[in-house]
Amino acid sequence: MSDKNTTRLMQGNVAIAHGAVAGGCRFFAGYPITPSSEVAETLSETLPEVGGTFIQMEDEIASMGAVVGASIAGKKAMTATSGPGFSLKQENLGMAIMAEVPSVIVDVQRGGPSTGLPTKGSQGDVMQARWGTHGDHPIIAVAPNSVEECYYMTVRAFNLAEKYRTPVVILTDEIIAHLTEKITIRPNSELEIMDRDKPEDSPEDYLPYKMTDSGIPPMANFGEGYRYHITGLVHDETGFPTNDSEEATRQLMRLNTKFDKHLDEILDYEEFNTDDMEILILAYGAPSRSAKRAMQVSREQGVKSGFIRLKTIWPFATQKIKELSHKVDTIVIPEMNLGQIAGEVERLTPDSTSIVKVNHVNGEAIKPKEIVNAIMNKD
Amino acid sequence: MSLRQEIRLSGSGGQGLILVGKVLAEAAAIYDGLNATQSQSYGPEARGGASRSEVIISDGDIEYPKAENLDILLALTQEACDKYHKDLKEGGILIVDEKMVKSLPDENYKIVQLPIIKSATERLGKFIVANIVSLGIIVKISEIVSEEAVRHAIKARVPKGTEELNLKAFEEGMALAKEWMKTHSTLVK
Repeated sequence: MSDKNTTRLMQGNVAIAHGAVAGGCRFFAGYPITPSSEVAETLSETLPEVGGTFIQMEDEIASMGAVVGASIAGKKAMTATSGPGFSLKQENLGMAIMAEVPSVIVDVQRGGPSTGLPTKGSQGDVMQARWGTHGDHPIIAVAPNSVEECYYMTVRAFNLAEKYRTPVVILTDEIIAHLTEKITIRPNSELEIMDRDKPEDSPEDYLPYKMTDSGIPPMANFGEGYRYHITGLVHDETGFPTNDSEEATRQLMRLNTKFDKHLDEILDYEEFNTDDMEILILAYGAPSRSAKRAMQVSREQGVKSGFIRLKTIWPFATQKIKELSHKVDTIVIPEMNLGQIAGEVERLTPDSTSIVKVNHVNGEAIKPKEIVNAIMNKD
Repeated sequence: MSLRQEIRLSGSGGQGLILVGKVLAEAAAIYDGLNATQSQSYGPEARGGASRSEVIISDGDIEYPKAENLDILLALTQEACDKYHKDLKEGGILIVDEKMVKSLPDENYKIVQLPIIKSATERLGKFIVANIVSLGIIVKISEIVSEEAVRHAIKARVPKGTEELNLKAFEEGMALAKEWMKTHSTLVK
């Protein structure tokens, strides 16, 4: 990688692959699926060049299993898929959440359900990213809206995964992943790269699921002299299974609240014109580009619209959205699903707040004028 | 508002229209210093089926990366022409292959009907470079990007070993357009 900024024309999926390597990814296991395959295709060439490992596995279940294993052995590991494959990965994703194994899962959303519309864009997996695997659990999901962000958000996904011992889902969509545009790549030396906390205790005293103040126990890599047990069963601080109800409460509450003290760092969003707004537009991923344009157009037409773009989808930016919703009566939410995030916003806002949904499930991008129309009708 | 030019390249899967889109976007964004996006829409088939590639070129930010109001439409099949010509703005440029597209829309477009596939097959010996012949026509007629930028982008984007063939195809397309402009100069700037 160059020691200067380089500007290139690049596709979103390719940018995710390059961002992964820049973020320290040295292991990829996956099974090809449209519209994510360029991530694997690119990494099959670039990972061996940096001493990393690329494996095309027999299916998605095995791919996610391999990612969990590689991460336990100390590699920053990733897989990439789309809806049907994301369904298959849920079992081992749950394992990674429970065992607190850092990992990155790229889900390039296409039309669903089932095999759906393979070559078309969607945001139908928003709730699957949140609740696709069973049981109460925490998860981080981020959504890029440009090729450049595909790169840097992937770097950040690895940082979040390592720092908080968690799977991180890069929830992108066919439109952004297959978009080709200009990207400026900064030298790797300018990137902030985070690594998992290693134990300071001796192997004899090490507790892999210790109740620490931060909520995130240090993680020893297998093969470095620390022997411990990893299971999907509820476990105590040693990692061995437990059926004790108090211990189960303790560990599960730590797991489910482990992001709470760190929301300032995990949550990421950008706001435009929310100071003087009369109406709020909320969007993420591909439709957020149209939403920003719609904000500009509606302002030119005399409606003071404001805009918030969620970059972190999960955990949800609850406080921020509550705060913004107090300033307006109407929130316009364009999504390429039938209102998965709109439902979350409705839970946080009073009945008097009007939620105007602009939804597509046919795979076509939402046009700026559709959002403008929604804004104008509600003025 | 800043200059925004929208180009759609349409035909069937396997005609190399996505590559043309990437070359055009690269010429604009990397070599001509503008902003450009390229996106695509295609079916699940590896060959055949409707395929389209869209390029937006602007001197400002490009928020919405898809075409809404086309300045230029290339149609290499009748189906593509029938389906997409309505997205052209009034006075927009419609470029079609004369053999594949026989039925032309009766609208106020600048219609450029040329033997694209025939030139690729007979003069260059490869049906497959019809896409780059088309690119030559687009560039010559619209002047949307510089010819030199496109030559750089072709060299950077086409498969290794095919650079010369593709550059020849580009020149062939420009020559076709130049010849056409001699007799249609009043229609197009």
